[in-house]
Amino acid sequence: MHIPDGFLDTKTIAVTSVLAAAGVSRALRNVSRRSDPRQIPLMGLAAAFVFVAQMLNFPVLGGTSGHLLGGVLIAVLLGLDAAVVVMTIVLVVQCLLFADGGLLALGANIFNMAVVATVAGYTVYAGVRRVLPAAYGRFVGAACGAWASTVLASVCCTGELVWSGTVAWELGIPAMSGIHMVIGAGEAVITGLVLVALTKLRPELLDAGSPGSAAAAGTGWKDVLIHGSLLTIALALFVAPFASGWPDGLETVAAALGFDARALSAPVLPAPVADYRVPGIGSLPVATALAGVIGAVLVFGVSLAVFRAIQPKSLPRRQE
Amino acid sequence: MRGDFLDRYSSLRSPVHRAPAMLKTLSALGVMLLIVALPPTSPLPFAGIALLLLALLLASRVPPLFIAKRILLLEPFVIAVGALALLQSDGLVRFAWIALRSTLSLATVLLLSNTTPFADLLAVLRRLRVPAVFVNTLAMMYRYIFILSDEMLRTLRARRSRTFARRNARSWTLLSSVLGQLFLRSAGRAERIYQAMIARGWQ
Repeated sequence: MHIPDGFLDTKTIAVTSVLAAAGVSRALRNVSRRSDPRQIPLMGLAAAFVFVAQMLNFPVLGGTSGHLLGGVLIAVLLGLDAAVVVMTIVLVVQCLLFADGGLLALGANIFNMAVVATVAGYTVYAGVRRVLPAAYGRFVGAACGAWASTVLASVCCTGELVWSGTVAWELGIPAMSGIHMVIGAGEAVITGLVLVALTKLRPELLDAGSPGSAAAAGTGWKDVLIHGSLLTIALALFVAPFASGWPDGLETVAAALGFDARALSAPVLPAPVADYRVPGIGSLPVATALAGVIGAVLVFGVSLAVFRAIQPKSLPRRQE
Repeated sequence: MRGDFLDRYSSLRSPVHRAPAMLKTLSALGVMLLIVALPPTSPLPFAGIALLLLALLLASRVPPLFIAKRILLLEPFVIAVGALALLQSDGLVRFAWIALRSTLSLATVLLLSNTTPFADLLAVLRRLRVPAVFVNTLAMMYRYIFILSDEMLRTLRARRSRTFARRNARSWTLLSSVLGQLFLRSAGRAERIYQAMIARGWQ
């Protein structure tokens, strides 16, 4: 999902860079405000861990393999703000040293994979934790969060590509999000399994007194507000204009008011897909959205069944 | 693992390597902005940029084959995303422009990272007023990537020497516990680093 350079136009580069800077600087401010000096080595090592963990391939059917992305895992272990910083740093190093993901597209990549993915994934995790307070709820929540983070990041990524006129929404959304619903399932399983392994190895790590407890400590209303508005901006900018009949609505209004619809659509939204029609494909995004809903339910159900079955034996006893 | 597998040629000696890091970073950004912003009408300016990059590459004494290999390694990602553009009206032309732009940008970034030591790039970030927490964490990460990847390879080798066959169903849980173990070691190492920093009068 690393967008290379050359795929985004200048306007998308500028907007995503500003959004990424806003998200990351907020996370940095929160991390420094906590002023725990241990955080710097811990975040640095966590970033190195994510970088190295991404080199470890998990065998998937048919000789292919996948690897951990890690945003939600780090958010569960170190807290949301630290995770945003960690994932940003991983992306910066991948871009500068591996040239994986473009330098100008770095803002977009950070926004998708470090800000949106981590914030949304962590929100899902926290939500599931609230519904499932049992000990294994942590694994289920992390798995669902990991899946949601992958899918949402891919949707944002597609939205940016469409906004730049690189791909058409009708094709981009089914292709990108469809693939990432599968990749996300792998991410969900790995994230859950690593947390299970960590709970077995060091049960106290995820409880109070550990660095991870900072995660549970506090997401105030201010954070919720900022997260919410960031995600809303992302959806409004990159998804809504294409997913709904919004541009059509605009054109209708323009026509009603007597504007020339063409004059309006050209500078504001240089709609690259305006006259793009393939019979029968128009409903694909809807089908993809439906698949997404079904996928979400499936991921929740399966991870609930799996992680309840394989939760470490020591957990229920310690809960009493 | 060789500790220089990321930016092997970044500390060669050449006029390009000696140029100030700030100048190189800003001009790389400038060139890339140009690549993205130039209208896709004439390939001539792009050929000019390609020639410039080639001249710099030759002057830097970084083996051209190495850069070519890196570009080839990353090209599949470009093609995978670019393939989506193929399915549109005049897709082939669109795809060709995307491929040209991203290959040139890739070459620019690779040239920058292989002629500038990472520490110099960090200094550039500091001078650009990137928050200290961020730059320090970045420096810390770069320092420990190599140590952690060695740690992971050792763990994997130990695991392999104790298990005969690899079965898919088990391998996921095994690999997850390797990752879990690796995280614990990273966190433990972070704690020791912190103690060592305190002991040396940090802050």
